[in-house]
Amino acid sequence: MGFWDYLSSRHQQLLTDAFQHASAVFQCMVIATVLGILIGVVSYRSGWGSGLAITTTSTILTIPSLAMIGLLIPLVGLGVAPTVVTLTLYGLLPIVRNSIVGLRGVDPALVDAAKGIGMSRAARMLRVELPLAWPPILTGIRVSTQMLMGIAAIAAYASGPGLGNEIFRGIASLGSANALNEVLAGTLGIVVLALLFDAAYVLIGRLTIPRGIRV
Amino acid sequence: MSERSEHERSEHERSAYERSGYGRGEHERIAEERTEHERAEAAPAPSGASASGASIQLENLTKRYAGNPDPSVDNVNMEIKAGETVIFVGPSGCGKSTTLKMINRLIEPTSGRIRINDEDVTDIDPVKLRRKVGYAIQSSGLFPHMTVAENIALVPKMVGWSKSKVKDRVEEMLDLVGLDPREFHGRYPRQLSGGQQQRVGVARALAADPPVLLMDEPFGAVDPITRDHLQDELIRLQHELHKTIVFVTHDFDEAIKLGDRIAVLRERSHIAQFDTPEAILTNPADDFVSGFVGAGAALKRLNLTRVRDVEMAEFPTVTVDDPLQSIFNKLRSGPHNELLMLDRRNRPYKWLRRGDLMRAKGSLARAGQMVHDTVTRDATLHDALEAVLIDSGGRVAVTGRRGEYIGVVDMETLMNSVHELLEADRLAAIEHQHDLAELRHHQTEQELEGGAEKP
Repeated sequence: MGFWDYLSSRHQQLLTDAFQHASAVFQCMVIATVLGILIGVVSYRSGWGSGLAITTTSTILTIPSLAMIGLLIPLVGLGVAPTVVTLTLYGLLPIVRNSIVGLRGVDPALVDAAKGIGMSRAARMLRVELPLAWPPILTGIRVSTQMLMGIAAIAAYASGPGLGNEIFRGIASLGSANALNEVLAGTLGIVVLALLFDAAYVLIGRLTIPRGIRV
Repeated sequence: MSERSEHERSEHERSAYERSGYGRGEHERIAEERTEHERAEAAPAPSGASASGASIQLENLTKRYAGNPDPSVDNVNMEIKAGETVIFVGPSGCGKSTTLKMINRLIEPTSGRIRINDEDVTDIDPVKLRRKVGYAIQSSGLFPHMTVAENIALVPKMVGWSKSKVKDRVEEMLDLVGLDPREFHGRYPRQLSGGQQQRVGVARALAADPPVLLMDEPFGAVDPITRDHLQDELIRLQHELHKTIVFVTHDFDEAIKLGDRIAVLRERSHIAQFDTPEAILTNPADDFVSGFVGAGAALKRLNLTRVRDVEMAEFPTVTVDDPLQSIFNKLRSGPHNELLMLDRRNRPYKWLRRGDLMRAKGSLARAGQMVHDTVTRDATLHDALEAVLIDSGGRVAVTGRRGEYIGVVDMETLMNSVHELLEADRLAAIEHQHDLAELRHHQTEQELEGGAEKP
């Protein structure tokens, strides 16, 4: 069976997998973004705090993803839970690092001005610092998403959702008629999803970065 | 402030703005602005309705930083009157900026009190305090991700003004700083020139009508010509608004131009001299101050006096409609070698010398020399001197607000009045010094007595 025939005969299953893959990545990205920005906001002012945050998140990233999921199974069981935990943890580093860099890059004179005209600490953060740091943070989110797209495939190892199932099935039955097609379909599916997400980020950037600071 | 008077004020400003008009030369606009001063002075001050200035008292204000044995600001005592423009001037690192930032507690004082309108603000919520104190900084401090209108609306929104009131206020503030609201409303700061940004910065600082305005080297980052314009604008604004302005600069000329009083600060914000520009120029308290005043104190003094304050020279005038014979007679009878011809609207038109008349032969249409440059009564003596020096005849005509002839200033008038001014300053300064010495003497006496009483 050729690749196109394979696609047309299995498109129902493939679409479901692709949708679950995208949905898992998207949901984990939302959690990672919220957590990552929070960690950045809390830690960017102190040297050791931000050092700790960056070191911790980058240490997490050095753990092989297969090992991470393997280690999590005894703790949280099979299925969705280890997938979400793994993806969220992996997604943190670029967001945390870019949040810290972005917030530190805000012109101190502007923060001074915001203070001087009587903005409270929270108002300063929400209305001045975060909007100005948003472009680098968005870049971090984008990098993170690309990374998670690939890593999410490993989730299938713990019976997680997504296109990883295709790839694992193919690898498990190497030599059989559809093995190559399965691996290829899973991989290409992830690449297509990644490109679609990237396009979405360009659009989000256009919509959310204020015109005054758009490059 | 009542709603009505607020409305009246904005009406006044708007119409003033329309009169000043766009699309005309900067010179014309400035001339027009100057006549604006005259009007404001003549009419009962319309800005009485606005929240005008509040007094500020600094008592033993001190700032120490950890790890530094010497305080950065050491025991500053100062009284700033309501509606006064006070300039802190001093070398960089003297603590003038730190002192300023302690007034709105961007830097918390280590000890000492700050009182605004006799209210102790040293311990109130700093956020609340800062909403009542306008703050403008170098390179404007505008938020680049907000439009001009959003920037200006920030403080009024924070203090809870209604939407429509904020909207009107934004337009009014743009008017006030000389920017067309329709054009600049939706622009982002990066689409403005440095001078325009600075204007918006001042508009933002004044938007919620604070009684006090703090300015931290606001014009430090713009080119000299723009700076000059911005300074003129600030003088005009202050004329209308009567805020209490505390202004930090390291440029002594700027201090002279803008300040009602100048505090010359040396290291650790010690006040070397706190006095009117005139007094500092003519009678610097010590070598430090005179070093800071720099050379050319007499020339700088010219900036402080307006043409209206000096006696103008007698000068014969004729009008274009006068018959030739009467013009001849006038020139022959007087001691002057030339006379000034006015046009039908009483504006200076031509300088006519004896020789011009001799050559004229019946018609004056081509005779004489056109009047190129005039000064208004609000021009400084410095401007007048400049005009006199450039003029080939060594004199310049002074005009009123509609360009009508008022008088003539020449080299002799200028020299006489400068001599008189300097002499008067010197006398005033000596008197002042005498008073001070007496006061000090009195104080030491009291201290001695106090000390004697203690065991």
